[in-house]
Amino acid sequence: MNAAPLTAAQAGLVSCETCALLLRPADPAEPGYCPRCGGKLESRHHHSIQYTWALLTAAAICFVPANVLPVLSTTTLGSSDAENIMGGVVFLYTSGSWPLAAIVLIASIMIPLGKLVALAYLLITVQRGSVRGSRERIRLYRMVEFIGRWSMLDVFVDTFTVALVQLQPLMFVAPGPGVLFFAAVVILTMIAAETFDQRLIWDSLGNGEGQHG
Amino acid sequence: METVACPDCDLLQYLPQLPPGGKARCPRCSSTLATRPPDSLDRALALTLTAAIVLIVANTSPLMGLSAVGRQASTTIIGGAYEMWLQGQDVTAMVVAFCAVIAPASYILFMLTVLISVRRPPAPHWVGELLRWAESMQPWSMSEVMMLGILVALIKIAELATVEPGIGIYSVGALIFLFAAIMVTFDPREVWQRVEWAEGEQPQQHASAAAEAGL
Repeated sequence: MNAAPLTAAQAGLVSCETCALLLRPADPAEPGYCPRCGGKLESRHHHSIQYTWALLTAAAICFVPANVLPVLSTTTLGSSDAENIMGGVVFLYTSGSWPLAAIVLIASIMIPLGKLVALAYLLITVQRGSVRGSRERIRLYRMVEFIGRWSMLDVFVDTFTVALVQLQPLMFVAPGPGVLFFAAVVILTMIAAETFDQRLIWDSLGNGEGQHG
Repeated sequence: METVACPDCDLLQYLPQLPPGGKARCPRCSSTLATRPPDSLDRALALTLTAAIVLIVANTSPLMGLSAVGRQASTTIIGGAYEMWLQGQDVTAMVVAFCAVIAPASYILFMLTVLISVRRPPAPHWVGELLRWAESMQPWSMSEVMMLGILVALIKIAELATVEPGIGIYSVGALIFLFAAIMVTFDPREVWQRVEWAEGEQPQQHASAAAEAGL
């Protein structure tokens, strides 16, 4: 066995991302489809960095109205009251359930913001060909991938609040335009995490340090 | 022994024969390369069948009921999405319907078909395609996020009115554990080994690819 670590891409092989089948494509630029599971074969995601940047920028733009616009408006006996996401957190906190306020704050504000920053950091380090801290960066990526879905929390909270509190004309809750932007942030960052090719983190290692071995 | 490339860092390596209950990790990035849960296909089928039944209960029975000033209301999962639609949030309604109903239901349906048809190898090629679809549904199936969302909504509404959890919410709770159990029990590699390739191609090419790589 060789001492130098060798990646599938360096050996001219492609590993199927769905079923892990290792193949030698006739043309490495156009590997086609996996004969076993029918998935598209790609040595590295096509234009991974550009697509991820585009999705990330879109998500960052949507993040502003998602936090500023109201997500719910409650009408009680004729008086209407609209709240945005932070308002919902404050409501939970003042009504005495601070653990829930913390959960919503983490899921709705800190996780999406953390995802935007983390993905931007991963993209910049990959673009600069950084070789340091690859293990920490792949751990960060796995965390982004694993935790991202939880920011959908507020969309579900709003949906079921709206669905249940419909006692017209006494008391009813209507969704605000913020929900749509919020769902957009979650979906865009989830697709961005999928578009980002984590194998790129290790590729600059192969061009530099890997050669010494 | 099988040669694989790490899905997270693309490092080529030999995959050793795993003992039952064993796990193989990449030496460079410690990504899990393979697991070997005991009795994987049978247990996964039993869990998926249970999940299918629980899923039907969770989607048909009321999640929670509300009573205030002498009036009653209750909602189901799809009822929640439908109310959003009625309130003019049609895109959000579709997102909720997809993540809460369509993705989990498709995942269970695809898995059930895969697990039943793979029992008599070799499984036809479309089984592999179905498993690929099941895996692409997985990140969008958000039952556990929905569960937490419903609980937060319940506590918020409890300030305004009396709320009662229904059968639906207990079923969603059971479903979360079943989904987690399926993921731990199911070993996709066992399915991939039994699936026929497209256009009659044979696994020999696979072996020669590793040999050519000089490993």
